[in-house]
Amino acid sequence: MAVLVDEGYQTHPTVQHRFFPYAQNGGTVVAVAGEDFSVVGCDTRLSEGYSILSRDVSKVRKMTKSGLLGCVGFHGDVLTLTKMLDAKMKQYKHTHGKDMSCEAMAQMLSSTLYYRRFFPYWVYNMVAGIDNNGKGCVFSYDPVGSYERETYRACGSASAIIQPLLDNQLGYKNQSNANPAPLTRDRVRTMVRDIFAAASERDIYTGDEVEISVIDANGIDTQRFPLRSD
Amino acid sequence: MAGMYTTHMHLPRMVDMKEKVAEFWQEEASLSQPRKHTLQPIVTGTSVLGIKCRDGVVVAADTLGSYGSLARFRDISRLMKVNDSTIIGGFGDYADFQFIMKLLEQQTIDDNVVGDGVYRDAPSIHNWLRCVLYNRRSKMNPLWNTIVVAGRDFAGKPYLGYVDKIGVSFTDKSVATGFGSYIAQPMMRKAMEENPNMSVEEAKRLMERCLKVLFYRDCRSLNRFQIGVVTETESSISDPISAETDWSIGANPSGYE
Repeated sequence: MAVLVDEGYQTHPTVQHRFFPYAQNGGTVVAVAGEDFSVVGCDTRLSEGYSILSRDVSKVRKMTKSGLLGCVGFHGDVLTLTKMLDAKMKQYKHTHGKDMSCEAMAQMLSSTLYYRRFFPYWVYNMVAGIDNNGKGCVFSYDPVGSYERETYRACGSASAIIQPLLDNQLGYKNQSNANPAPLTRDRVRTMVRDIFAAASERDIYTGDEVEISVIDANGIDTQRFPLRSD
Repeated sequence: MAGMYTTHMHLPRMVDMKEKVAEFWQEEASLSQPRKHTLQPIVTGTSVLGIKCRDGVVVAADTLGSYGSLARFRDISRLMKVNDSTIIGGFGDYADFQFIMKLLEQQTIDDNVVGDGVYRDAPSIHNWLRCVLYNRRSKMNPLWNTIVVAGRDFAGKPYLGYVDKIGVSFTDKSVATGFGSYIAQPMMRKAMEENPNMSVEEAKRLMERCLKVLFYRDCRSLNRFQIGVVTETESSISDPISAETDWSIGANPSGYE
């Protein structure tokens, strides 16, 4: 049969919206490691475009009794990824008879993310907790599993607003007369709270509430504070 | 270890993924075979609204199946009773929603033949739907729907969930899809703030008000709708209700001429 319509008419002219399998659902995580504790803060807003899908979605998960995981980005992948991780954590516990350490969890998360290198989980992750030596630890990731241990990090939609502030307040970058004092739980918690209040002023994807967890040898203490809800 | 200012080496960007996805569709198009994927919704249903109240959950949707701008089918049901604890409402492509209903029906039958009296509560159905929708999106062959899951859990607590075609899901006190997320959701949030302990009857009246406003403003909607209610003991979907409308108010707003 002769082809009547040839080149130039390959696609239907009315097909405009092509399926895109990701969404940007916003959210910000901040984590800080102290000497024998660490702090994680995350907002509870879930957005899509200019809409707020929900004002009360927790994006920080308790993985072990001394390890938290914060994940923001595409919420569909967040849910799938955390489900995968929960299963892996459970398997590890049944095999080895103990909880995974933060260092092990960090490496496991990296491998899980890299497994999907060519169709990535669009998730920005942060692992925070207490390491094998009882010190506070923070690990930050990119969506394909590249990771690094750090003392402080902001990731997610307001990361570009928050990270410079952390560099100044906690990293004492380029301050010749800086006199770094050791971090206390209260100072970090107040700072994280203020940081989120500030970020929610300028980033529309951050707001509603901030959930701040302090992890130390005694366990995890979580508190919530209100943020701008517009 | 690298300095603090080092960024991660191969940070992927959303634009890279957009190019990759565009390439994928170009390849698809060049195969010159019949399309087997939902690339765009054809017969569509508009907003689904849901609200959680003190003694149950209420969910509502109109009965229109649009074919583009044509009001093609005026008597289709977009609410489905899954079992005594759950009702779902479907937004988006109606054929895909019918497929989902078929899957759920079969699933319910499979559960029933075991005969142990075990059924799925609303959270299980919500989770199950999310898996189905997320798997289809990962195959780049989506079911073009947003689904509202209304019901209660095994403990008898009201439950209201949302899941869309790419697997974004959450639970909340009130949910709305499509145009309803712009118009009805703010109305529902305001009403819930003023009356946090709403009863099913109050919630039903609120739904009717929201649907009426949607009918005035959403060109793909109809003033004929169904309301589903899940209480402590049962779940039921009403017969279609027609809302009285008054277009004389159309003359009142001014300043837009």
